[in-house]
Amino acid sequence: MSDSERALRKKKISHFFMLLLLVILFFLFISPFLLVVINVFKTKADITSNPLGLIGKHGFTTKNFPEAMRKMDFFKVFGNSLIITVCATILTIIFSAMAGFVMVRNKWVACNALFSLMIASMVIPFQVLMVPLVSVYGGMFGVLNHRLTLILLHVGFSVSMATFMFHGAIHTNIPLELEEAAYIDGCTRWQTFWKIVFPLLTPTIATVAIIDAMAFWNDYLLPSLVLQKKDLYTIPIATQSFYGTYSTDIGLVMAALLLAMLPILVLYIFLQKFIVKGVTSGAVKG
Amino acid sequence: MQRNKMSYKVSQFLMFAGPAGLLFVGTVIIPFLYGLYLTFTSWDGISRTKPFVGFENYASTFADTAYWQAIGRTLIYSIFSVILINIVAFALAYLVTSGVKGQNFFRAGFFIPNLIGGIVLGYVWKFVFNRAFVAVAESLGQRNAASLLSTTNGAMFCLILVSVWQYAGYMMLIYVAGFMSVSESLKEAAMIDGCTPAQAMQNVTIPLMRSSFVQCIFLSITRCFMVYDVNLSLTKGEPFNSSVMAAMHVFNQAFTYKNYGTGQAEALILFVICAIVGVTQVYIGKKGEVAA
Repeated sequence: MSDSERALRKKKISHFFMLLLLVILFFLFISPFLLVVINVFKTKADITSNPLGLIGKHGFTTKNFPEAMRKMDFFKVFGNSLIITVCATILTIIFSAMAGFVMVRNKWVACNALFSLMIASMVIPFQVLMVPLVSVYGGMFGVLNHRLTLILLHVGFSVSMATFMFHGAIHTNIPLELEEAAYIDGCTRWQTFWKIVFPLLTPTIATVAIIDAMAFWNDYLLPSLVLQKKDLYTIPIATQSFYGTYSTDIGLVMAALLLAMLPILVLYIFLQKFIVKGVTSGAVKG
Repeated sequence: MQRNKMSYKVSQFLMFAGPAGLLFVGTVIIPFLYGLYLTFTSWDGISRTKPFVGFENYASTFADTAYWQAIGRTLIYSIFSVILINIVAFALAYLVTSGVKGQNFFRAGFFIPNLIGGIVLGYVWKFVFNRAFVAVAESLGQRNAASLLSTTNGAMFCLILVSVWQYAGYMMLIYVAGFMSVSESLKEAAMIDGCTPAQAMQNVTIPLMRSSFVQCIFLSITRCFMVYDVNLSLTKGEPFNSSVMAAMHVFNQAFTYKNYGTGQAEALILFVICAIVGVTQVYIGKKGEVAA
């Protein structure tokens, strides 16, 4: 046997063991989810007597789903989450792309001041702002318990990071000559931005959309402070309140948890490549 | 020229940066400044007046033993979590860049926990610890096995385990990007010069990936320091308030006990500690960076 053959064989063996290790790790990683999926189809008594069994003594049941859906008011909660996430993401993208554009193309004092302020503010954690937020928007203005308030607050928190990313993208990827050509042809700045610059920002728009939509969809602390009425609840708050009420009815809890995870997992199957790419590029720039 | 007029500049600025700037100032800058003011008042959250109390809130913050215990606990939790997150993430990144079949599938798979909010993850793991682990312990012959979550050290262990599981996949993606940025030719050159694969890893790959390490450690420090969602749903601070992390203590101080001034002062100090740790880490990390 020649040297290269031996090396090839060694490589194959090591790859086999790595693959084996990866498969084991993968199952360990998703085992909590698998446990939920297994137990969703069992009765409460079966889950209590054996949470690890594939099928309980009382057989297969799908009763947990409709009941959890009804008690959690799933469609309403899902709708709330969807409206808030979609609106906040779109507004974040539009506002921060516009702000990034004016900041890159002009060296005005106001632009530089706002940009530096945005960068500096990115280190402030939400916990430092939550008490004054409740005090200002709840105490002074009394605008809590509106979806619009939450949407605007979401946008306000994410706009600095998004502006930073658009700023970078416009600075490096959009040639000034392109805009100048548009001005010569008679475009105003506003038209130039929407017709020339914005369409060229698609990759950054996708990244910002993915990062922010996931953050808005999963956020718990801010919505829980802003929305205290039951019919405004988003999925994370509804899950928490559901658990508080029905924690002993474990079959229902399993169904509720699966319902809370399902929308984003389904989306992940289709958009997996974009999500992984978006999250990495966002993290590396940030 | 019209373009140099002040009014033109102002209108352009307001048209493009106005909406973003207004929302940003309204949600971040004003509350931040107002929060500073709140630390000098004793506000109960209901009354219209906010009596000025000077540095009393800071004094009571320093006297609040529960707060410093929570900070100490958060430090212990963060040290273990940050180290383990980065070891696991680096190992996973090594495995999924080694060229085995289906590595893209595994990358996507390990990332799954990051898709789901901390509240839901906490309840999923609560079930795993309270039911599945107990069932395994009982099947191994232990009678009346208690859940790990019912003991002080057990609850801490659970929180660390869940955090490692939650963030390892995310940090793995950053390390993967780091591995990809080190060119094959450098590693080959090292091997030709007589390095074993382990030596090439230690002396070539890892030093060149230093910025990935700095970034991952910074991200994991800030996330662990401010942990709240998983803490709330997994342990709720129990047993006997022994797993209350700093962020949860701040929340309770302000919104449960209605000491808004003290709560805000404690939040501010927590932020300062976190910022000092984070910045020091980045400073030390960046100092030794090398380029290929």
